[in-house]
Amino acid sequence: MLKGKVHKYGANVDTDAIIPARYLNVSEPAELAKHCMEDIDRDFVKKVKPGDIMMATTNFGCGSSREHAPLAIKAAGISCIIAKSFARIFFRNAINIGLPLLECDAAVDKTEAGDTLEVELYSGRIKNLTRGMEFTAKPYPKFMAELISAGGLIEYTRKRLASREII
Amino acid sequence: MTLAEKILAAHTDKKKVSPGEFINVRVDLILANDITAPIAIREFQRIGVDKVFDPKKVVMVPDHFVPNKDIASAEQAKLMREFAREQEILYFEVGQMGIEHVLLPEQGLVLPGDVVIGADSHTCTYGALGAFATGMGSTDIAAAMATGDIWMKVPPTIKLIYHGNLGKWVSGKDLILYTISNIGVDGALYSAMEFVGEAIDTLSIDSRFTMANMAIEAGAKAGLFRVDNKTQLYVKSRAKRPYLVYEPDNDAEYSQVIEYDVSLLEPQVALPHSPANTKPVSQVENIDINQAVIGSCTNGRLEDLRIAAQILKGRKVHPEVRCIIIPGSQQVYLDALVEGLIEAFIKAGAAVSTPTCGPCLGGHMGVLAAGERCISTTNRNFVGRMGSPKSEVYLANPAVAAASAIMGRITSPGEILG
Repeated sequence: MLKGKVHKYGANVDTDAIIPARYLNVSEPAELAKHCMEDIDRDFVKKVKPGDIMMATTNFGCGSSREHAPLAIKAAGISCIIAKSFARIFFRNAINIGLPLLECDAAVDKTEAGDTLEVELYSGRIKNLTRGMEFTAKPYPKFMAELISAGGLIEYTRKRLASREII
Repeated sequence: MTLAEKILAAHTDKKKVSPGEFINVRVDLILANDITAPIAIREFQRIGVDKVFDPKKVVMVPDHFVPNKDIASAEQAKLMREFAREQEILYFEVGQMGIEHVLLPEQGLVLPGDVVIGADSHTCTYGALGAFATGMGSTDIAAAMATGDIWMKVPPTIKLIYHGNLGKWVSGKDLILYTISNIGVDGALYSAMEFVGEAIDTLSIDSRFTMANMAIEAGAKAGLFRVDNKTQLYVKSRAKRPYLVYEPDNDAEYSQVIEYDVSLLEPQVALPHSPANTKPVSQVENIDINQAVIGSCTNGRLEDLRIAAQILKGRKVHPEVRCIIIPGSQQVYLDALVEGLIEAFIKAGAAVSTPTCGPCLGGHMGVLAAGERCISTTNRNFVGRMGSPKSEVYLANPAVAAASAIMGRITSPGEILG
């Protein structure tokens, strides 16, 4: 069960906004986190608390393939992102590195920045504790659920290779 | 099946694949660069295998922050170089490298019918050659380096038909900017785009690379062109291995069919801060600029430089403009040199650089200060993309960028050459 305050953004938040390329000369998550959202929300890094939840409308994470984007968000303390839709490369990257994403139009429409949410990942249940409302996110396709429960792509790949007896 | 479905199916053990289906796809080439490789290498090492699945099918290109701009980026490039040598994978050092998406097709490493995945969003560029090419993150690339395959969700295909003949100074850049403004930056989210029509048939391969390159700016997973004589001509002299040409079936199912008549289309300019915020150049004239960038994986090929030289030759860059021209590869640089294009650029007062992604992503070689404005042939104009979050980037084709560099304001090339 995840619980945290909401940091809310609009549509088409791009990966340059999440982590500007000028900071991509390093790849350590903690370093990247220091500059997360800097160009569109200068105070984000100061405001964010471990477990907080990021929220946006459509096409979150569009632009480049930099995995530094979900790494920065995760290392900044965000426990999950709820949006109406995600850009596809960002979606893969986040799942691969173990940053949970949920798609839920109603939760995004009815939640304001600063609200406190409680999220149960496996059922997709989202409770807005500030407003006393409850929503259900779109369920993951079966394959994605398997990937997540394996612990991400690297663990999944290790298991696949082990079953093929390659290693 | 559509072109995308045909290629994907041929890389699985299935006869047929359908949109929405999860499949494991065998890959023909895996790519990473100096920004994405370090994370891919870290994750690859975590898997616990010693060697990549096939060193001939993995390529690493240092292009984003090279020649290295600072110590941190030099460390990242070093890490990648050492891994590449140890694994004996394909690697292009500074002096041989180019911007990855200019370099790989030029070297014959990407061929029609291939499935290519790259830890760079503009990997979709290779769709110009009738390949299924898509950008992914570093961890995906790490897994594929270990196994030689990757999971994908089969995308639905949007067919885009372009009718009419293109006007003067109108190129693939204008078609794709116009398309993105029409369907939006998520108009093709999770989909493959298939570009057809008589305007596409007449388009050069370089212009097709430009269009496929920016499919990602509409959210697409891939942007594909059918193979024709132009493709065959481009590929024939470069290919070092056999390749297969796939055609979409007559009864292929498309999620959408969009038709445009582009005969009256003007050169397009995407205003800050979205590639979808596009207007015809005649509606954005008289905006002063501080910098013009001609280059990148979008427009750094020989045809682009020829067009720029046509406008810059015998003229002078405006005294208040920095004009930066970056050939996309050493071969493009050399060809431009032999043709006299580089001389024309230098005499016009432009700075010419060795290949690098550099300014496109605000890395180096043309970073903008607060309040500065740049017209650029690159692919993104997000907030802070080229430097200060208070700077502005306008996206255009090389003819518009060159003409604007001379005038000191955004203008149509017609104003200079008629």
